Amino acid sequence: MSTTMLVILAAAVATYFTRVAGHIVLSRFEAIPPRLEAALNAVPAAVLTTIVVPSLAFGSLADQAALVVAGVAALYLPPLGMFAVGWLAVVTFRAILG
Amino acid sequence: MPTDRAEFFQGVKSAGAPLLAAMPFGALFGALAVENGMSVFEATLMSATVFAGASQMVGIDLFGAQIAPWLIVFSIFAVNFRHVLYSAVTGQRMAQFKPWQRYVSFFFLVDPHFAESEHRAERGVPLTFAWFIGGGLTWWVVWVFVSYLGALFGSLIEEPENYGFDLLLPIYFLSLVLAFRKRANWLPVVAASGIVAVLAFHFVGSPWHVSLGGLAGVAVAAIIGLPKNHRMVV
Repeated sequence: MSTTMLVILAAAVATYFTRVAGHIVLSRFEAIPPRLEAALNAVPAAVLTTIVVPSLAFGSLADQAALVVAGVAALYLPPLGMFAVGWLAVVTFRAILG
Repeated sequence: MPTDRAEFFQGVKSAGAPLLAAMPFGALFGALAVENGMSVFEATLMSATVFAGASQMVGIDLFGAQIAPWLIVFSIFAVNFRHVLYSAVTGQRMAQFKPWQRYVSFFFLVDPHFAESEHRAERGVPLTFAWFIGGGLTWWVVWVFVSYLGALFGSLIEEPENYGFDLLLPIYFLSLVLAFRKRANWLPVVAASGIVAVLAFHFVGSPWHVSLGGLAGVAVAAIIGLPKNHRMVV
């Protein structure tokens, strides 16, 4: 089997595990400990932030500008609208700034 | 007591507008997966088996960067770790389910379907297997199908940089980060992750910025804890 197929299947097993583990493990607690819940709750924002920041900190000027525009748009528009604005900004800024 | 059939179709309807909004992202996943070196079959298989949008995007982003396979799996696992909370909560609402029905249902526990089942529970309507599967299966069928279409389309595009496709993933992740902004501790978590990720990217190198930055944000959240009367926000 190719590496890609192995990665996909391992990721599928890992993901299904996260979807049953809470029921199997955390349901044994009377209530989820608050600090544990705070930590688990923070995982997606924490991980996704780390993926965005390299383009923001080290990307070309056009890409940095596009991300800032997309970020501001996200405060006012639903995800799809923000996405369209961001895409338009990338194409425009790259055309202008090279 | 509504029939199973009626409940199933109520579930299908529950997917509603969020599903329409998610469809372009499924297509985007398929297209970018192919741009990053997957075949159409692999991209579709990933949607069908992993079935978790944000983590699939993370997977193909790292896949394109030629990173060690276990690290790709680990990063997908990290992004999906939030489901642990969902299943703990939803599991308590599955009193009427047989054990096998629970374990089938958990496969379909995607963010919007979790939100919808919480919404239903708050109105005092008990969760049924027929309803849960109706909604979950609708999400699954549509998600897999649009991923397949996106992958087919993506394989037709020659030079993706010309269309700014390479920056679509960072934009997508930025939109998710900002969508979480009503959650407890959002600003300190994002600030800690962001700063540590930049430092790690510069001094340690990719892909360690993901684990080190993520760890910093999670640690900050655990130190601060949760406010009293906290309610989970999806």
